[in-house]
Amino acid sequence: MATFDLNDDQVVVIIGTGAGGGVLANELAQKGVKVVALEAGGRYLPEDYINDEWESFGQLAWLDARTTSGSWRVAKDFGGLPAWIVKAVGGTTTHWAGASIRFQDHEWKALTNYGAVEGANLLDWPIDGAEMAPWYEKAETKLGVTRTGDRAGLPGNNNYLVFEKGAKALGYKEVHTGRMAINSADYDGRMACQQTGFCFQGCKWGAKWSAAYTDIPAGEATGNLEVRDRAHVARILHDDSGKVTGVEYFDKDGALQMQKARIVCVAGNSFESPRLLLNSASPMFPDGLANSSGMVGKNYMRHTTGSVYAIFDKPVRMWRGTTMAGIVQDEARHDPSRGFVGGYELETLALGLPFMAAFLNPGGWGRGFTTALDHYENMAGMWIVGEDMPQLQNGVTLSDTKDQFGLPVANVHFDDHPNDIAMRNHAYKQGIAMYEAVGATRAFPTPPYPSTHNLGTNRMSAEAKDGVVNKWGQTHDIANLFVSDGSQFTTGAAENPTLTIVALAIRQADHIAREMSAGNI
Amino acid sequence: MTKHDLRGLTRRQLLSRSLSAGALAVVGTGFIAAPNAAWAIEVTVITPAQMATLLQMARDIYPHDQVPDQFYAVAVKGYDSEEQKAMVAEGVAALDAAAKAAGFDSYVAAGWEEDRVKLLQGMEMTPFFQTVRSGLVTGLYNQKEVWPIFGYQGESFSQGGYIERGFNDIDWL
Repeated sequence: MATFDLNDDQVVVIIGTGAGGGVLANELAQKGVKVVALEAGGRYLPEDYINDEWESFGQLAWLDARTTSGSWRVAKDFGGLPAWIVKAVGGTTTHWAGASIRFQDHEWKALTNYGAVEGANLLDWPIDGAEMAPWYEKAETKLGVTRTGDRAGLPGNNNYLVFEKGAKALGYKEVHTGRMAINSADYDGRMACQQTGFCFQGCKWGAKWSAAYTDIPAGEATGNLEVRDRAHVARILHDDSGKVTGVEYFDKDGALQMQKARIVCVAGNSFESPRLLLNSASPMFPDGLANSSGMVGKNYMRHTTGSVYAIFDKPVRMWRGTTMAGIVQDEARHDPSRGFVGGYELETLALGLPFMAAFLNPGGWGRGFTTALDHYENMAGMWIVGEDMPQLQNGVTLSDTKDQFGLPVANVHFDDHPNDIAMRNHAYKQGIAMYEAVGATRAFPTPPYPSTHNLGTNRMSAEAKDGVVNKWGQTHDIANLFVSDGSQFTTGAAENPTLTIVALAIRQADHIAREMSAGNI
Repeated sequence: MTKHDLRGLTRRQLLSRSLSAGALAVVGTGFIAAPNAAWAIEVTVITPAQMATLLQMARDIYPHDQVPDQFYAVAVKGYDSEEQKAMVAEGVAALDAAAKAAGFDSYVAAGWEEDRVKLLQGMEMTPFFQTVRSGLVTGLYNQKEVWPIFGYQGESFSQGGYIERGFNDIDWL
């Protein structure tokens, strides 16, 4: 395993080791580029993961302070926890459910295809489906995505079988067990899914792809990647010419260090990445780094989500097997006749009893609530994931609250757009109809959880005035500063974002290595 | 949702778990117990009457008729502490005052759950109610011993998952 000197100014410094940073680190290391990856969290591997919801949450979740504002219900029920994401080597790829679906072609050009939507700040991506197709294929191969290449689908569990029957009763056609980064057969040295549940708590079999035990060790094995865990980046530094020169971080002992860098790539997820750029403000860049457009922290998207749980007169035992065990894609199309632009996916989801008690109806109590839990064994569940509208006022600003290092934390502001609400209500209605078609006796349109899909706060744009990064994730303002996570997303599309983050990271690695060789950065 | 809640669980485990089901009664200085004396909780800081009120409150907030008192007792045992003493005293006094105003001798003396729920609704926005309610979300439902009552099986990794143990065994569709 490599170690690099703090004064080595030829390394690429990557901040964050999840789907974006972890993949980028490995891809660059494979090409011979020297990389120092700084990760705020610790290292946990399958043997460390805990199949107990609250205990695992205490182990893996990002619990550093954050604040919230806006009319979203999360601000009321979980004011200090706007997102359920991970602080660990491998980032949220430890926690993710594994759904790996490509954007639909029309979604790359939301402004063109949906038209201007009042109150929304829609924009076309500067890239499209044809540009991304080869990178998606590389990402699917890396992740071992089922139902792509020659990889078989996973078998459906009880929760899926209820969902599938309801979907078919409604006439839905695109219903299957998903394209999942969970092995249906041994693949890439990792074993097949054992239908254990607890996908959100880290896969103890390693059957689900996570950067923690794939890309990270593969990158380290090249001798070109050093991962420093429990390294909390405070600030990105620059010189008088406006090029970034390194980063200051608090190491595992709380001591402030400075790592020099040739290139800095920010991949701390859509709250921490803009927070870091804003916290790096200087006399030369008083509004924060890469923020000449004023778009750092703006246009935050979290997908239009929500869940539908339903009770049947007989047992389902939804917790058995893969947490996200199947999908309906018929509603993912763009069809404004439904009363909204964009589309949504329906995907099965199961929570254990402890999390069901916390999330079914946060704040709820009394028999209306408890009689639902009384039938936990007879419950089936699904999750809605749809395209939400980017809005200028939704996003990350610096809070008055400080973290353990004295740095201003992220305040996350969010209000639903009317399009989001119309879509969610449509999805609730369809989800409830699916379960009623199978004989549900009671259904629950459950509000969105703390966000897991955090997107858009450093968005990609063709024009520097509209966003923060160009088509390569390179900031418009600073040539050797990149953004490598989901905060690059111009729009969110209806699909779970990880596959696209990974594809963009593989593509970005190719670009960075090429530009370094050419001496351009 | 907080680290504090998670630490609270550990404290609650101080209560003996070798208890059996039974209704609740205040039996004398420092103790409350089931009428059949099958289990008891010692209180050292708050009064037995205050603990009895907390227990009834817990049952009324998250009523599960198939879940014995002992699990609710585990969930509220942590309020018997110096840090919580003042909040409990004030909260229980307010609840009893509301009960008296409604014509009952006290909160626990109101015989029907419906009546007690109305009293709780009247103080739903108070920090006392919100603290007790949110504490129960983890304090009650995160007890592994409670899970089988709801049919939840917890972890399955130690048994090899459900691949050969019924992940797709639904037979009524």
